[in-house]
Amino acid sequence: MLHYAALKIGRALFVIWAAFTITFLLLFVLPAEPVDLLFDPAELNTIPEDVRAQVAANYGFDKPLLLQYLDRLGHAAVGDFGTSVQSGRPVTQALLEVLPSTLILSVGALLLAVVIGFAIALLATATRRPWLRNLLESLPSAAVSVPVFMFGIVLLQVFSFGLGWFPSFGDGGWQSLVLPLVTLAIPVSGPIAQLLVRSFTGEMGAGYVVTSFAKGATRGQVIVGDVFRNASLPALTIAGITFGNLIAGSVITETVFARPGVGRLTQGAINTLDIPVVQGIVVFVAASFALINLIVDLIYPLLDPRLRASLAARTS
Amino acid sequence: MSEQPTARAEGAAVPAEDAAGTKPLLQIAELRIDYRAQGRSWSPAVRGVSLHVDPGETVALVGESGSGKTTLVQGSLGLLPASARVSGGSISYSGVDVTGWRDARMARVRGNYVGFIPQDPNTSLNPVKKIGQQVIEAVAFNERTAASSQEHIDAALESLRTAGLANAERVFHQYPHELSGGMKQRALIAIALAGKPKIIVADEPTSALDVTVQRVILDHLETLRTELGIGILLITHDLGVALDRADRIAVMQRGEIVEHGPVRELIANPSSDYTRRLLAAAPSRHQGRLAPSPGLQPRTPGEGIVVRAEQLRKQYTLRSAGGRSLVNALDGVDLVVRAGTTHAIVGESGAGKSTLASIIAGFATADSGTAWVGERETTSLSHRELREVRRDLQFVFQNPYTSLDPRFTVAKLIAEPLRAFRVATGRAELMTRVRELLRAVALDDSYLQRTTAQLSGGQRQRIAIARALALNPRVIVLDEAVSALDVSVQAQILQLLVDLQTELGLSYVFVTHDLGVVRMIADDVTVMRDGGIVEHGTVQDVFLSPQSDYTRALLGAIPGTRFATV
Repeated sequence: MLHYAALKIGRALFVIWAAFTITFLLLFVLPAEPVDLLFDPAELNTIPEDVRAQVAANYGFDKPLLLQYLDRLGHAAVGDFGTSVQSGRPVTQALLEVLPSTLILSVGALLLAVVIGFAIALLATATRRPWLRNLLESLPSAAVSVPVFMFGIVLLQVFSFGLGWFPSFGDGGWQSLVLPLVTLAIPVSGPIAQLLVRSFTGEMGAGYVVTSFAKGATRGQVIVGDVFRNASLPALTIAGITFGNLIAGSVITETVFARPGVGRLTQGAINTLDIPVVQGIVVFVAASFALINLIVDLIYPLLDPRLRASLAARTS
Repeated sequence: MSEQPTARAEGAAVPAEDAAGTKPLLQIAELRIDYRAQGRSWSPAVRGVSLHVDPGETVALVGESGSGKTTLVQGSLGLLPASARVSGGSISYSGVDVTGWRDARMARVRGNYVGFIPQDPNTSLNPVKKIGQQVIEAVAFNERTAASSQEHIDAALESLRTAGLANAERVFHQYPHELSGGMKQRALIAIALAGKPKIIVADEPTSALDVTVQRVILDHLETLRTELGIGILLITHDLGVALDRADRIAVMQRGEIVEHGPVRELIANPSSDYTRRLLAAAPSRHQGRLAPSPGLQPRTPGEGIVVRAEQLRKQYTLRSAGGRSLVNALDGVDLVVRAGTTHAIVGESGAGKSTLASIIAGFATADSGTAWVGERETTSLSHRELREVRRDLQFVFQNPYTSLDPRFTVAKLIAEPLRAFRVATGRAELMTRVRELLRAVALDDSYLQRTTAQLSGGQRQRIAIARALALNPRVIVLDEAVSALDVSVQAQILQLLVDLQTELGLSYVFVTHDLGVVRMIADDVTVMRDGGIVEHGTVQDVFLSPQSDYTRALLGAIPGTRFATV
C-alpha cells in the first residue's frame, strides 16, 4: 500500500517537474532574445543597451542556461516564480489572490458535472422506455458539441437578460456563481455521462445482477445496491482527467462572465507576454491536475477490494 | 425508486402456501417466447414448451447451445431481456399464474418462492461486496416479517452452513475474489436458499467447475432436495449430469421439448432421434476408443518417439493476501508421445497441463528440464529455430470463437501458415492446397469466402484444425480443443481427429479436463495434479486399474457413469 502511494506521488511530482521544464524550454530557451519579450514591442528599439543588459542580468539571462534552469527550478520548488513583468508583484501572490474564485468555480463545476453524469446514467438505466433511454443517451454528445462560450452566451441571454434571475457578471454572492458553474459543467459532464451510461449498461448485463434479481431485488434495488458502485469506478478516472478541461474551460467562462480568476489572469498574461506569470500558471495547473489524479488513484483501492487485496499482497 | 424490503413483506402476493401440496411447484404450459428480429418481426426461441416440477423432485432440462433452455429459464423467472417477449402459454408457481406479472410483483416471487443458482460462480457475485452482505440481502428481501439486523446475520450464517460452507463465519467476512470457484458456488447456493424457496432453478450450476468439485456440489444439491423437500429444475448441456441426477429428463432442441420422461425409460427406449444421438455422443457412455471411419487408407506412422520431455520445471510467483508464495506449475514432469498415437494430458484447473503443452510448443519457457520435438530440443532454441519447429508441431486452441481472426475469410485463415512459411508459391497453388485442407476437415468450397461470424462453433474448430494441418506437421497439440463444443459437435470433431490421425499418421498431444473424452481418443494418458504427474500409462491400464486415489476420484466423478452400463 505504501509502495503504491509512493509510486503515485512520485508520478505526480514527475508531471509537475515536466511541466516546469517544458515551459522553461518554450519560454526562456527557444526565443532568441528572451529579454526582448520583457519590453513593450513598440518601445523595444528605444531601450538603451545598458538598460537591457541590466534587466537581463536581473532575470539571470546572462548566465549559462543550465544555471538559469537550476536557479529557477530551485525557486519554483519553494513556490517562487519570480515577479510579474507587468505589475511587478510576485507571481505566486498574484496567483493566490485569484485562486479561491477559480477553485470554487472549477471544483463546483466538476461536482455538478459528476451529478449530471450520474443523473443521466441512472435515468437511462432505470427507464424501461426505449425512447426515453435513447433521448438520454443522446444528451452527452449534444453537451460536448456545444462550445463553452456559445453556451454561456445563451444562458446569459435567457436567465440574466431575459428572466433576470441571476447577475450577468461579477463575483458577488452565490447568484453570480450559478451561470458560470452551469456553463462550465455542461460540456464537461458530456464525456462523464457517456462513460457512465456505457458502464451502467455493461454492469446491468453482469452475472451478479441476475443473481440479485433472483434474490428478489427490484430494478431500483439492483441499480442502487449493486450496479452503482461497480459502474462508478471508471468514472472516477475520467473525472480526474476531465479536470484539465475544466481549467481550460474556465479561461473562456471567466472571460464571458467577467469573473476574476486564474482564467482571466492567464488571458491577461498571454496578451501582455508576461512570461513569469505564464510559467507560474502552467506549473500551477499541472500541479492541480496531478493532485486531483493522485487523489483519484488513492481513492481507488478504498472502493475496490480486489485492488486493495493485490496491493496488500505486493507490499507484504 | 427502491422499495424498502421490509415493506414488501406485508401482503406479498406470493403463491398461496396451502396450494403447494396439490399443484406442481412450477408448471410451464405451452410457453412461447420470441426475440425481436430485424424490424418488427419476431423470431421464436421457445415454441410451445410444457414442463412441470413436483415437490421433492429433480427435473433435468437437457439441450445444446441455442436450444432455448436459458431463454426458458429467464422466462420462468421473469428475467427476459428487453428484446424478448412471452407470446403465448403460461407459467404458474403452485397454481398461481404469474405470466405477464409486472417486474415489481415478480420480484416477490423470485428468491421467496423460486431460488436461482447461476452458471458461472466467478461472475455471479458482486465483486465489491462481502459474501455476508450479499446473503443478508437475500434474507432481507424475502423475510415475511421485519427482523432485526442480528436476526439477518444469523439467518445468513445459517444459510451459508446449509449450503455446505463449514467455516461460514470466515466466509461471511470475505470478498468473492478470496474464495475458490467451488466455495463461490456454495455461497450462491446459500443466496438461493436464503429466501426459503420451494423450488430451485439451477442453470448449468457446475459447468464452470472442476469435475470433482462438480460432483460435491451436485451431491449437496441432492441432499438439500431430500432434507428440505424442495423441487429442483436442473438445466444442463451435459446428458451425463442429467442421467446421474434427475428423476425426469426433458430434452430440448430448437425451442421444443423433443423427449420427456423418467431417466430409465429415456435410456432404455429413447423416442426421438435427437435423444438417441445425444446418448450416442455422450463421452461417458462410450466404450473404448473411437474407430476410424470405414474406407480410409491408413498411413503407417514412423516408428519411435515424436515428443519427449524430461524433468520440466516451471515456477510462478503468486501474490496473495498472505504474501508471496512460489507455485510449482510444473514440478519435474516427464512426457513421451509415441509416433502416430494420441497422448492425453488430463487434470483439473491448476494442474499444470496447459503450461506443459505450451512449453512443448515453445510458447513458454521452462525453468529447467528439456523437451524434444523429433530430434530437436525445443527448450534451448532461438526464436528463428523455434519457427522451424512449428512446421512439425502445430497448436489448436480451446476457444474457436477467439482463436480465429474475425476479419479474415476462411480461405485467408487457412492460407496464413502457408504464406508465413512461403510453402505455396503462386495463388493457384495456394488455393489448391487450401481447398484440399478444407476437404480434409469435411467442409466444402462454399466455406472459402465466409468469415468466422458465419460459422458455428464446430465449423470454426474444423477451420482451426485445417490451419494446423496446413504445414503437414507430425504433431498437433490440442489444448482443450473440444471443451467449448456441444457434445454432438464434440463427437464429430473427435471422429475427425481420429480419421485424420489414421490418414496422415499424426501424433496428438491432447490436453483436457474431461476423462470421458480421453477414453474416446487417447492411447496413452498422463494424469496431472498440482504440477506433478499422478499417474501415467495406457488408457486401458489407467481406466481399468487406476493406481492412485486421485485418478480413482476423477474417474468416479465423470458424470453419467451411474448409467454407463445400462
